[in-house]
Amino acid sequence: MLGGILAAMPGAVAQGLLWGVMALGVYVTFKVLDYADLTVDSSICTGGAVSAVLILKGMNPLLTLVFSILAGMATGAITGFLHTKLKIPPILSGILTQLGLYSVNMRIMGKSNLSLNSNKLSQPTVISLGNVNQSILISVVFVAAVIGVLYWFFGTELGSAVRATGNNSHMVRALGVNTNSMIILGLILSNGLVGLAGGLLAQFQGYADINMGRGAIVIGLASVIIGEVIFGVRFNFAYQLGSIVCGAIIYYIIIAVVLQCGLQTTDLKLFSAVIVALALSLPLFKNKMLKHKKAVVAEKE
Amino acid sequence: MLKITNLQKTFNAGTINEKKALTGVELVINPGDFITVIGGNGAGKSTLLNLIAGVYLPDAGSIILDGIDVTKQPEYKRAAMLGRVFQDPMLGTAGNMGIEENLAMAYRRGKTRGLGWGILNEERKYYKEQLAMLDLGLENRLTSKVRLLSGGQRQALTLLMATLKKPKLLLLDEHTAALDPKTAAKVLQITEQIVNENNLTTLMITHNMKDAIRLGNRLIMMHEGKIVYDISGEEKKSLHVSDLLQKFETVTSGEFANDRMLLS
Repeated sequence: MLGGILAAMPGAVAQGLLWGVMALGVYVTFKVLDYADLTVDSSICTGGAVSAVLILKGMNPLLTLVFSILAGMATGAITGFLHTKLKIPPILSGILTQLGLYSVNMRIMGKSNLSLNSNKLSQPTVISLGNVNQSILISVVFVAAVIGVLYWFFGTELGSAVRATGNNSHMVRALGVNTNSMIILGLILSNGLVGLAGGLLAQFQGYADINMGRGAIVIGLASVIIGEVIFGVRFNFAYQLGSIVCGAIIYYIIIAVVLQCGLQTTDLKLFSAVIVALALSLPLFKNKMLKHKKAVVAEKE
Repeated sequence: MLKITNLQKTFNAGTINEKKALTGVELVINPGDFITVIGGNGAGKSTLLNLIAGVYLPDAGSIILDGIDVTKQPEYKRAAMLGRVFQDPMLGTAGNMGIEENLAMAYRRGKTRGLGWGILNEERKYYKEQLAMLDLGLENRLTSKVRLLSGGQRQALTLLMATLKKPKLLLLDEHTAALDPKTAAKVLQITEQIVNENNLTTLMITHNMKDAIRLGNRLIMMHEGKIVYDISGEEKKSLHVSDLLQKFETVTSGEFANDRMLLS
């Protein structure tokens, strides 16, 4: 069994890196903007579908990722519009876009699963299961680039305004910033990253599937939380972004281990949900433990 | 400077919770005026400030700020001309961001934000000088997260942020009410200093009658959504708390004993 686990590691790391890109997108909405955006469950598939369709049409696989990003951005803009202009609550705005996108994704792909059979492609995909080690290297480059862009953006005037909007929108408006625009911008940025992750993922696994994004938000949250719990919120912003990607890798390593231990792939959704529920409730338990400790100490004194 | 004509605002119109907050406010603020605003709970003081700031839009009337009709302008647009400090110390600053980051955002009030760096190196020196004037030791904690500051420190920082880029009008909404008396006095002293040094036109709501009399060149009293008393110059200087209480008694015909207690 140990051998099986070791053999599964490279694949798990590669998957973790790719989902890490998506987790960075989730971080932008969930942590920076304080907006629980459920669009991602579908926008990741939109990114994958766009990339797959364009590759099958003969476009350069690397270039298709640009369109994956743009498609993802468009989905974020729709959620932002629903929330800021039509005043629909955040979660519901995301759910509506997510639901609507199911039909859109089907239209893009024409069927529920598009295979990128490498033998029939004119050019090899950017990354693929056929060469996991190389895929890991290329994914690291993508992750580094994304972290670099986010680090730069959130240091700019505009990025600062987006961060402040998630922190205290009241103040930001008083300082002359249109907070609605900042929310839309954050959602566009976030879903652009999710779209990119979708495109990469479709190329890596060799297909785009209508269900590929189901539960994506949970994986994203798990990565963000695992990263924060293990690596802590310290040092600079780039460190925090890096810890999220590491969180995603750890998540996929755990998944690989439990699969080797005999869990069915269909059990994974429940497993993920339980992990995230536990992780989200961690601060509560931490507080209770602290209080308990203090009470014990006080009693002794 | 600011001209308000027949300003009206009703909350929850047509429901059981209907509240006529402003029932026709007329007010002209001259450049350099430092006006203190008093009045009982529900008199419409905060509503007036919020309407000027654009948090809500009025049902009727007009607000002309520095020659521009801002009656229907969104909050973020007119923010270019306004400096604001709120009653709740948490509202004026972003707790998860550093002191210098907060200042840098305030420094860009009214400016279109682009992709240049959020803080430039040469700004830091200026922020340090400004923070040093608060005399709270914040000048050595530029990168500290604001959530680590006390309520008084946050309020002083908000005050600095509101005036870092000189506003046409400074709006202070009971900005010392949530602080302990000693801290409140300190923040009030900083307020006086900043307003006088920059000769800022200011509108300050307060619950403290002594402060209302001591500070500023003009005092207005609000009651049931209207300005019922407007006094300035020499007349204001010779004012006593007892005069204000008496005035208050007259306008309320003595019905609101509670309000009287709140004011004294």
